[in-house]
Amino acid sequence: MIQNADRRMQVYGALLLLPAALLLATFAYLPTVATLFNSLFLPGFRGEPAEFVGLENYQLLIEDDTFWQVARNNLIYALGTIPTSIALALGMALFVNARLPGRGFVRMAYFTPTILPMIAAANIWMFFYAPQIGLFNAMLGWLGLPGVNWLGDPNVALASVIVMTVWKEAGFFMIFYLAALQSIPPELEEASNLEGTSRWSFFWRVTFPLLMPTTLFVLINALINAVRVVDHLFILTKGGPNNATNLLLYYVYENAFSFFDRTYAATITVVILLVLAVVATVKFTVLDRRTHYQ
Amino acid sequence: MLSLISRFPMRYSLVAAGLLSAGQALAQTGDEPVELTMYYPVAVGGALTDVVDGLVSDFEDEHPNIDVEAIYAGNYDDTRVRAMSAIEAGDAPQLSVMFSIDLFDLIEQDAIVAFDDLVETEEEQAWLDSFYPGLMENGQLDGQTYGIPFQRSTIVLYWNKDAFEAAGLDPEQPPETWEEMAEMGAAVREASDGEQWGVMVPSTGYPYWMFQAFAFQNGHRLMSEDGTEVYFDDPAAIEALEYWVSLADEHAAMPDGTIEWGTLRQNFLEQSTAMIWHSTGNLTAVREEADFDFGVAMLPMKTQRGSPTGGGNFYLFKDSSEEEQQAAMTFIRWMTAPERAAAWSIETGYMGVSPAAYETEALQDYIETFPPAAVARDQLEHGTAELATYQGGRVRRALDNAVQAALTGQMSPEEALTQAQREADAALRRYAR
Repeated sequence: MIQNADRRMQVYGALLLLPAALLLATFAYLPTVATLFNSLFLPGFRGEPAEFVGLENYQLLIEDDTFWQVARNNLIYALGTIPTSIALALGMALFVNARLPGRGFVRMAYFTPTILPMIAAANIWMFFYAPQIGLFNAMLGWLGLPGVNWLGDPNVALASVIVMTVWKEAGFFMIFYLAALQSIPPELEEASNLEGTSRWSFFWRVTFPLLMPTTLFVLINALINAVRVVDHLFILTKGGPNNATNLLLYYVYENAFSFFDRTYAATITVVILLVLAVVATVKFTVLDRRTHYQ
Repeated sequence: MLSLISRFPMRYSLVAAGLLSAGQALAQTGDEPVELTMYYPVAVGGALTDVVDGLVSDFEDEHPNIDVEAIYAGNYDDTRVRAMSAIEAGDAPQLSVMFSIDLFDLIEQDAIVAFDDLVETEEEQAWLDSFYPGLMENGQLDGQTYGIPFQRSTIVLYWNKDAFEAAGLDPEQPPETWEEMAEMGAAVREASDGEQWGVMVPSTGYPYWMFQAFAFQNGHRLMSEDGTEVYFDDPAAIEALEYWVSLADEHAAMPDGTIEWGTLRQNFLEQSTAMIWHSTGNLTAVREEADFDFGVAMLPMKTQRGSPTGGGNFYLFKDSSEEEQQAAMTFIRWMTAPERAAAWSIETGYMGVSPAAYETEALQDYIETFPPAAVARDQLEHGTAELATYQGGRVRRALDNAVQAALTGQMSPEEALTQAQREADAALRRYAR
């Protein structure tokens, strides 16, 4: 009888999991397997069926200088966007969590970039960056400094793209930090005030550890975005000049839709998935141990 | 009707599906309108979507038995992606306006049909022969016509007459040669005390297109007619790229680094440069927004005049019934008829696609009041096909990278073009005939 109830609970649990499992299988696992499968073929030449070539695409990938340049770009892009936007988000959240005049207005101002679609934001920033008529060079001009070709100089183009991304993302992450800050019980601050703790050590010993779950969440999201969001490249640089701002997903897009080379695109996708899986595993195992969930 | 079906249970929707196919049967007798889907791109900004919507609704008024759904699909690349994904999903459009140079890729994907297969009457054949031959180059392969010119352009030189005057140049005299353009550009730069640039040639978006113009002006064509070979590392091509680079390096007439295609018109309108090279498709927008005197001229020459043609053609797609293909052709014929081609040209600055368009009263009157509108047509006689090959995406990308690498000083023009040649050869290795 007890066993029976137990079995029933198991079936019940399985049924509860079923919808999510189905959706995941259809939209995540199946495409992953299909991508892996596709990466083992060469596209058919002039209407011939695709040809099975084993790991040849991976061999090509290793020898592809552009791929390595794009991968390096993406690494720099991730290192440039993730810590900066998280630090900025935390700073902004602390700022607008305090009592200050016009708090609602400031919060909204920080959040506005998030509401804009990436494409719209990129279109605005393209005119900020425009060398002769743009806002930034006009501001440099007032200071008597020479202008910079923000998107047209391979030495600064990637940094320009990073700055725009940070501007776009920080406000979004701020919202999570703000919510987390407001869930920290005020007693903690009162107690520490009684003890005479400095604000600095209160932040590092109390606030920051309590925010760790949020930081972990934001970190994972920022990492995913660093690989997943390339909309602005379509507007700002198209990966140029000479691949200086090309990122992995944009390179996948180019191969799949400009070059009609779906199988090579699949190969790059598999590599991206592998790298992301490794990074996510490391993050969860290492950071989870240090994360204090309330 | 479709949304209605989805609300019915299965049984009824089967009945409804039966009714639907009966409806299609009726359509063949002309009672139900034929439904056509068309994707189209806009590459130069402005309110061109309104113009297209207006034309489509005029067409539907005249042809109540044909429904056209015209879908704006972004720039040329976006439109290709939309159309190809739709084909793969089994929901192919019946027709689309797409990049004229997509021809080889579309043929390789076995996606399009030749107009010759549909043309039956002499009248239709006459229509097929009515366009400027220069605009048909990118639409034909092996004697078959696959692309009908629609939003077609050449590159022209826009110059700011006020800026020329301020620099002590003859405001009515645009540069005729490469040397003149460099000198005039440098003169403007100097006279404005560094406030204004002499000339800007865009090097993002479609760098290969601009480069083709330089190469052709130096007497060099970059690809074979059958689209299986390219000649990027030829000395004439290298010389062309060296000249382009020298505009910034030696003559200080053009800014360093790449120049953005998308903001270039604004640069010209805000007078931060005295000359630009750009598509004729910008003409009407420049005319409406410029608050200074400007002129439009053919591009300057080295050994000859020259500009590649550019822009979009109508294509017919395979996965459609004969009736749909006929309806699509009716629509395309209507859209490219002289009066419409003239109206389209006036509204946008794109070319009238046939000599007959320039003989219409509307376009003749327009050219009389606004002579720059005829420059693209006059330049057509010095035109060459836009860079189109098999593996077009890769080949163009190789050349784009070379141009940008040279302009940003990462490589010498010779190194850059040698590398581009190597990459293009690799992409085309299976296609050599």
